[in-house]
Amino acid sequence: MTTQTPAIPIRRTLTRTAADRRRGLVDRFFRWLALGAAIACVIPLAAIVIFVTLKGISALSPDLITKPPKALGIGGGAAAAILGSIQLVGLATLMAVPVGILAGVYVNEFGGRRSGRVIRFAADVLTGVPSIVVGIFVFTILVLPFHQYNAFAGAVSLAVIMIPVIMRTTEEILKIVPGTLREASLALGVPVWRTVASVVVPTGLAGILTGVMLAVARAMGETAPLLFTALGSRLINVGDWSRPMDAMPLFIYTNARQPYETLNDQAWGVAFLLLLFVLTINVLVRFRTWGRRAG
Amino acid sequence: MTKVASGGARFGADSRGRYNDRIFRGTSRASAWVVIAIIVGIGVMLLLGSLQAFREFGVIPFVTGTTWDPVRDIYGALPYIVGTLLSSGIALILATPVAILTAIYLSELAPRRVAIPLTFLIELIAAIPSVVIGLWGIFILTPFLKGTVEAWVVGIFGSIPIFAGPPLGIGLFAAGVILAIMIVPTIVSVSREVINSVPATQREAMFALGATRWEVVTKAVLPAARSGIVGAVILGLGRALGETMAVTMVIGNAQDIPTSLFDQAQTIASKIATTFNEAAIGLQTSSLIALGLILLVITVALNIIARLLVWQTAGPVGNE
Repeated sequence: MTTQTPAIPIRRTLTRTAADRRRGLVDRFFRWLALGAAIACVIPLAAIVIFVTLKGISALSPDLITKPPKALGIGGGAAAAILGSIQLVGLATLMAVPVGILAGVYVNEFGGRRSGRVIRFAADVLTGVPSIVVGIFVFTILVLPFHQYNAFAGAVSLAVIMIPVIMRTTEEILKIVPGTLREASLALGVPVWRTVASVVVPTGLAGILTGVMLAVARAMGETAPLLFTALGSRLINVGDWSRPMDAMPLFIYTNARQPYETLNDQAWGVAFLLLLFVLTINVLVRFRTWGRRAG
Repeated sequence: MTKVASGGARFGADSRGRYNDRIFRGTSRASAWVVIAIIVGIGVMLLLGSLQAFREFGVIPFVTGTTWDPVRDIYGALPYIVGTLLSSGIALILATPVAILTAIYLSELAPRRVAIPLTFLIELIAAIPSVVIGLWGIFILTPFLKGTVEAWVVGIFGSIPIFAGPPLGIGLFAAGVILAIMIVPTIVSVSREVINSVPATQREAMFALGATRWEVVTKAVLPAARSGIVGAVILGLGRALGETMAVTMVIGNAQDIPTSLFDQAQTIASKIATTFNEAAIGLQTSSLIALGLILLVITVALNIIARLLVWQTAGPVGNE
C-alpha cells in the first residue's frame, strides 16, 4: 500500500528558517482540512440513518406490515407494497441471475479479447444509463403495446438494472480463479462446460453470491424504473403479473407527497424497513469480503 | 471434485461433451449478447419514440424551446436542460473539493485502521435508495437549509438577483446539496483508486528531497493522477445528471427557467418522473421520450469519456 511509505523527516538545519516554518504550517493546515473533508463526507450518512431510524421506528406498527392502504380515506398499511417488492425483486432476480452469471462466464471463459471488451464496455455503459431511462425503455416495449401498466414490465426493468451488476462481479471473481484449476480439470478429460459448471463457478460462488446480493439490494430500492411499468397500486396483488403492483419505494414516494401526517409517517416506517434491508446486505457483504478487500 | 473426475471417464463422453460444450458456449454467448441487445434496444426505442416530437418541432427548436404546454401541444426542453445542468453544477461545486480532499486523506494521510472503515462508510452512502434520501430531503434537509444557509444568504446577498429569495427550502439549491451528497462516494472511490495507482517511487523521490506530506501530494501525486481524478469527477457528474427520485422530491417541480439559486425548478429526469404517467399518448409522450433521449446521450457520452480518462491512469475500474 502506498500509504505505508515511510515519512522521511525533514532534515533539521541548525536554524529553522521562516520559509521552513511556513511549509510546516501549510502542511499541517491541509492535513486538518483533509481530515475535516473526510468527516464531512460521513455526516450525511449519519444524519440520514439517524433520522430514518428515529422516525421510522416510531411509525412501525403491526398494521403497517399486515394491511394494505384503506380503499377510502387515510390509514391502513404498506402490505401491498411489501408483498409487491418481494415479488418484483424475486422475479427480476430469477431473470437477471442466469443471464448475468452466464454473461460473466462468457466474457471471462470464452470471449475473445475483442468481444470480451465490447461486452464489458456495453455493461459499463448500461450501468451508467439513468434508471428512469430504463423505465421509459421498458414502457415502450412492455406497457405501450398492451395499453396496460403491468407488474411484469416492472420486474423486467429491475432485471435490466441488476444484470450488469451481477455480470461484472461474476467476471471479476472468475478472473481470480487460478488457471491451474481449469487445466487440472481439462487434463482429466472433463469437458469445458463441466469444468466451468462444476469447478470454476463453484470456486467463485461466494463472490458471485455477493454480486447477486448487492444487485438485489439495489433493485429493492429502485423507484424510477417502476414509475411507468409496475405503476404502484393500493390493492394487494399476488401473482397477477398483467396488472399494476405496488413496491416499497413507490409507496415511500407517493406517501411522502401527501399532505397527511399519518401517510408521511407510513413513508418513514417503510423507508426504515427498506434502509434496514439494504444496509444489512451491504454490511454483510463487506464483512464477508473484508479479508479479500483489505489484502 | 470426484463428480468432476468421473464425468469424462466413459467412452464416448468426449463427443457428448463437445455437443454439450457447444450448447453451453452458445447459451453463455447469448446471455452476453442480451447485455448488448439491451443497450442497443434502449437507444433504438428512445430514438423511435422521440421521432414524432423531433419531426414536429425539429431537434434544435425542441432543445431550445422554453414552452411546455400540453394544452397547445407545444413542447420545448430548455427549462429542464437548464435545471439539470444547474443542479448538477451546484452539486459538483460542493462535492468536488470535499471528495478529492477526502480521497487524499484516505489514501495518503489516514492510518489503515481509520481509512478502511471510513472508506466503507462513505461507500455505504451510495447504497442508500435515492427515494429514502429524497424523503429525508423533504422533511429534514430542506427545512434545515431554509432556516440556516438560505436565510443567511438571502439576508446578506438578497439584493443580487441570483441569490434573491424567498428561501423556500425546496428548490434548486436543495437539489444541488442532495446531489452532492449522492455523488461524493463515486468521486471519492474512483479518485482513491487513481491516487493509489500512482507509483510509490514518485512519492519517495519527493520525500528524499525533504518535502512535506502536503508538498508530496500536490507536486508528485496529484499531477500524476490528474486526468484520472477528472474522470472521477465526470463519472460523478454523469450520476448527478441522471439521478431522479431524490431530486424530484426536493427541487419543487416548477415550469420556468430558474433565475435564482433558491428558485424552484425541474430537471429532465424529474420532469419525466412527474408527468410521464399523466401524459397523453402522442406528441406529449413523444416529447418526454425525447427528453429521455437527450439525457441518455449526455450521460452515456460523459460515462465513456470518464472511463477512458480513468483507464489512462488506473486501468479498468469496477462497478460503481
